[in-house]
Amino acid sequence: MSGDAQPVLEVEGLVKHFTVGGRVGGGGRIVHAVDGVSFSIAPGEVLGLVGESGSGKTTVGYCVNRLYEPTEGTIRLDGADITHLSRRGLRPHRRRMHIVFQDPYSSLNPRMTCGQIVGEPLRLHGLARRRGVDARVVELFDAVGLRSELRFRYPHELSGGQRQRVGLARALSVGPDLLIADEPVSALDVSVQASVLNLMRDLQADLGFSCLFISHDLATVEFLCDRVAVMYLGKLVELAPREELFARPQHPYTQALLSAAVVPDPEIQRNRRRVVLEGDIPSPIEPPSGCRFRTRCPLEHESAPRSTEEEPPLVDVTGAGHLVACHLVRRGAEAPRLAEAPAELAGAADH
Amino acid sequence: MSGPLLEVEDLSVRFDTDEGSVHAVDRMSLSLEPRQVLGVVGESGCGKSVTALSIVGLLPKTAKVTGSVRFEGLELLAASKSELRRVRGRQISFVFQEPMTSLNPVFRVGHQIEEVLREHMNLSRAAARQRVVELLDLVHIPDPARRAEEYPHQLSGGMRQRVMIAMALGCDPKILIADEPTTALDVTIQAGILDLLRELRDRLGTAIVLITHNLGVVADIADRVVVMYAGRKAEEAPVGELFAHPQHPYTIGLLGAVPRAGAAARNGRLQEIPGRVPSLSELPTHCAFADRCPRADEQSWSEVPVLRQVRPDHAVACFHPGEQ
Repeated sequence: MSGDAQPVLEVEGLVKHFTVGGRVGGGGRIVHAVDGVSFSIAPGEVLGLVGESGSGKTTVGYCVNRLYEPTEGTIRLDGADITHLSRRGLRPHRRRMHIVFQDPYSSLNPRMTCGQIVGEPLRLHGLARRRGVDARVVELFDAVGLRSELRFRYPHELSGGQRQRVGLARALSVGPDLLIADEPVSALDVSVQASVLNLMRDLQADLGFSCLFISHDLATVEFLCDRVAVMYLGKLVELAPREELFARPQHPYTQALLSAAVVPDPEIQRNRRRVVLEGDIPSPIEPPSGCRFRTRCPLEHESAPRSTEEEPPLVDVTGAGHLVACHLVRRGAEAPRLAEAPAELAGAADH
Repeated sequence: MSGPLLEVEDLSVRFDTDEGSVHAVDRMSLSLEPRQVLGVVGESGCGKSVTALSIVGLLPKTAKVTGSVRFEGLELLAASKSELRRVRGRQISFVFQEPMTSLNPVFRVGHQIEEVLREHMNLSRAAARQRVVELLDLVHIPDPARRAEEYPHQLSGGMRQRVMIAMALGCDPKILIADEPTTALDVTIQAGILDLLRELRDRLGTAIVLITHNLGVVADIADRVVVMYAGRKAEEAPVGELFAHPQHPYTIGLLGAVPRAGAAARNGRLQEIPGRVPSLSELPTHCAFADRCPRADEQSWSEVPVLRQVRPDHAVACFHPGEQ
């Protein structure tokens, strides 16, 4: 995990626009789903990408996995530029990254047995043959905590948690360097979530793959990730090591997000001040000028008129990798506090 | 005010299907005081939504419902259709999880709220219109007169849920049953909806039955909590008591399974509840949680635990209650 090693994933200035409504040859409106996102993931690192619906976090994941072709920017996987590779060109790179989808009900082929689903990438990449496939599938089932007989069952015969384990086994079958996990537990019940999260953490520790963990749930991200990136309306607003982000969130949006997450403890939950954001996330078809968060920012008046004219760049405010994009945050100056410091919450949650 | 507003006693719901019967709810009891927020918590399949639906007779005909549901002295399970119609939507109203699917996409939202008002309150068209704007304003929808003229697809998810709540409040109900009202919403939007529900309770005195799987939501807003497991009540206590002194191993497991923002247990593991929710195809003759419970013994496997009080105002259905 040394800082000098070549990153497994480097994303630079990623832009993904979609056109809606137009006819052939253009004329439609442009959805600015992702608008200039840069980050990298070191070997063995788990990066959390957090945001609410419409923030573009899933689009980033799909671009990285090249399920979408980026509009602009570059994506490098193990140093190789895969931004515009064709399907065929991508094939050798496919075994270095794999994705686990959110919905374990629709992301597994209902006509294949779970064993076939997990074994398919092995066959396609020529990593094992015939009996070898089955032996490896049994190993993988064991690794994700599934009884090996379940490989003869079809997905509909399994529970949600078991299906998500099948998805995880399939993703790990090729021994990827990078696992992209798109909300892997949000469709599961609480008690099942816990076991899948524990499993992901164990597997990551054992196998040492890097992971882009996409989630809307801050608590889950805190449990699993080394660094956390916060997205809002197609842009990164903050990126920091986990402890740093949760102890000293800087961007007003991050602060609002942290304060809005409910804590399962009535005493803490009822005694904290919440930052309630006004309105809804604006449309990515016409994102606000300047700072994209300004329409909902409780501190907008303090940074106006700069907030409407200039887009705040993502700058390192501590010199130690805590990046924030806000007009009100400068290096060496404390960020404006919107609610009580989450550090107090952490202290209270301990007992 | 005296006595509970709503009393559910020994409610059982059974569905007879081609593959045999499913016992969705088994001898469930609840009571709701005026102005109270009652949280009903459980995982999918525990019977929490079926309990709520059976209160107002919204279950399909295949459901066999027994027991008693009394609202202000009226037995709802035996009520005639017209009696039920006077209660449902007017005295007891509902907010569902999916604000996307519970609004009709081809009518303007104002029209849909108006329809409820005209049906129950005999308001003239003009009076209903005005009330619609008042209601949208009550749930903090900016520019309510303009929003009333919009179609559901023009509103965001949070806004649609506010419309649903406005619709539910149209007739000044005494009870609002909210089934996972914030589950489909983002956290910052959820915070706003919870604040709104709290405000409505404080201002209008509406009692709320809040059905959710999210312990954080319960911690935020509920006065009293019922934990359900496999169609039965596992534990019931005031919210502070339940979170501070959980007694049922299932409740304790649920609390340990949630990753907590800011908790120190980072390098620890989340608590898992082994196994899975039992099938409800036959009523177990033992504790339904026995196969997943670290405390299960012979008694757990041979008898069904009855609900008993173990601490002041704190009941639990377990042979071996206790914190840890």
